[in-house]
Amino acid sequence: MGELWDGFLKALELIYTFDPEVMQIAGRSLSIGLTSIVIGSVICIPLAGLIHFNQFWGKRFLVSLIQTFYSIPTVVVGLFVFVMLSNVGPLGGLGLLFSPAAIVVGQVLLITPILLGLVISAFRGVDQTILDTARSMGASGWQVAVLVIKEARFGVMAAVIMGFGRAISEVGISLMVGGNIRGVTRVITTAISLESSKGDIELALALGMILIFISLVVNIIMNRIQQK
Amino acid sequence: MSFKWMNRKNVLFALLIGILLASMFLPSVGCGEKETTTSPAGDGTDFPLHDPMVRFKIATTTSLYDTGLWYHLEPIFEELANVEMDIVYAGTGIALEYGRRGDVDAIIVHDKAREDVFLADGYGINRRNFAYNFFLIAGPENDPAGITGLSAADSFKKLYEEGMKGNVKFVSRGDESGTHAKEKLIWGEAGYDYEEIRNSGDWYVEAGKGMGPTLLMANEMGAYVLADISTFLAYNLKSGLDIVSLVEKDPIFLNVYAAIAINPEMHSGAKIDIANQFINWLISDEVQEIIEAYGKAEYGRSLFFPIAGCDIPGCPPVEAYTEPVPDYKP
Repeated sequence: MGELWDGFLKALELIYTFDPEVMQIAGRSLSIGLTSIVIGSVICIPLAGLIHFNQFWGKRFLVSLIQTFYSIPTVVVGLFVFVMLSNVGPLGGLGLLFSPAAIVVGQVLLITPILLGLVISAFRGVDQTILDTARSMGASGWQVAVLVIKEARFGVMAAVIMGFGRAISEVGISLMVGGNIRGVTRVITTAISLESSKGDIELALALGMILIFISLVVNIIMNRIQQK
Repeated sequence: MSFKWMNRKNVLFALLIGILLASMFLPSVGCGEKETTTSPAGDGTDFPLHDPMVRFKIATTTSLYDTGLWYHLEPIFEELANVEMDIVYAGTGIALEYGRRGDVDAIIVHDKAREDVFLADGYGINRRNFAYNFFLIAGPENDPAGITGLSAADSFKKLYEEGMKGNVKFVSRGDESGTHAKEKLIWGEAGYDYEEIRNSGDWYVEAGKGMGPTLLMANEMGAYVLADISTFLAYNLKSGLDIVSLVEKDPIFLNVYAAIAINPEMHSGAKIDIANQFINWLISDEVQEIIEAYGKAEYGRSLFFPIAGCDIPGCPPVEAYTEPVPDYKP
């Protein structure tokens, strides 16, 4: 217990003194996570709409498949992206390996199933009678879609928050395709992994608490936006 | 209602775009901050802004990282060569793999046998040895296996016998690192087949981690472990290890570090000129003196030795460190 308390005090101290290295690492975690969730949302929310509003063969199977990938291990995504982005891999020419962009690519892949699946569920939960009413009053397909997104916004926001949480908390992708390079791709989770392996448990705990603090702030902001 | 919603959506959208734009500055922000932070060497100087940004990537063996030597050397070379150095923490096995794939520009490793294969296959050129130290076997202070004073091979025999009786445990890196390769070599020297050893029972624990974490694991378990002396000293000072060094001073414990440039004929993107400059810098008097002095104040002794002092059997020939690598001509 003493160790946990020391970690907590250390976290407060690091935040209070604006420790430059820690702030930089925290900022990097935040901006990589946010970039991933923004890109992921821009791709997945419309795509989920396309899947939801269209009837096609194999739709059920597709949704099951998407849900299966909720539990894909981050190291598997990391390995896949590593093989793709490695110099000899198919996308090696981009020179993205060991860069923040590589982590974003991995995180977007990681959260895509969650975003798609949860947004589809949110769309499904919209009361059908509202849509029927809108149609009977002459709403176009586009207007109905906007109505669905509006009605489903709590569910959509929950999906986005969930996706952000998975992105900022993952360590496997950041470690494998980011390389945990100090000043470039070292994020909170990889720093925790390094510091605890170096035996600096206190600093590792402090970083963990800072990560939770960041998530808290982001969630408060997102909830604010949603409730307005 | 619908109008109000659209408004809110616009606000949300604008916010997201703002975040996206902000994060596009991410790489430049990251580097900018890095350059203005105080040098870890502790000399209090700020790094100048490097422009244009050239990234030089190396993969380094874990012991040189865990002991903090790279923290010390990185800013000096960055300033000298006007590059941004990206250091990836990797055991010898994965460092060689990164090299084979051309994912880095140079590698720092310590396993002569696999280095030779790497060079023979044409993936690497211009190997130079630049530092050495020794391995040791650490274990519980009361030494239940009774290996104190034995040779490396005899110690391993004892550990196997006592391990099979359930009296002691041994923690192996188990990660194809240079240290792991050395461990296999010692098992061979002791007359065992390594595959048999690793499958012989619960006493043999494969950590699958870097040197530092493996030491901490052995410490927690009260087990025996093969470690390089530098990481052992660094962790002993930092974490107060309960395990102590029991067996040292066997010629087989010699541990020689090498820098190898990635062959640009295999991977055209490899930055051979910087890699050559880097390797020549490592064997320069300036860095050799830094290596000699590194850690002396804290540990009372050097963690790594300048390669020129290596004069026991198994040390590299003199030209492996005195001869600067030539400029690359395609």
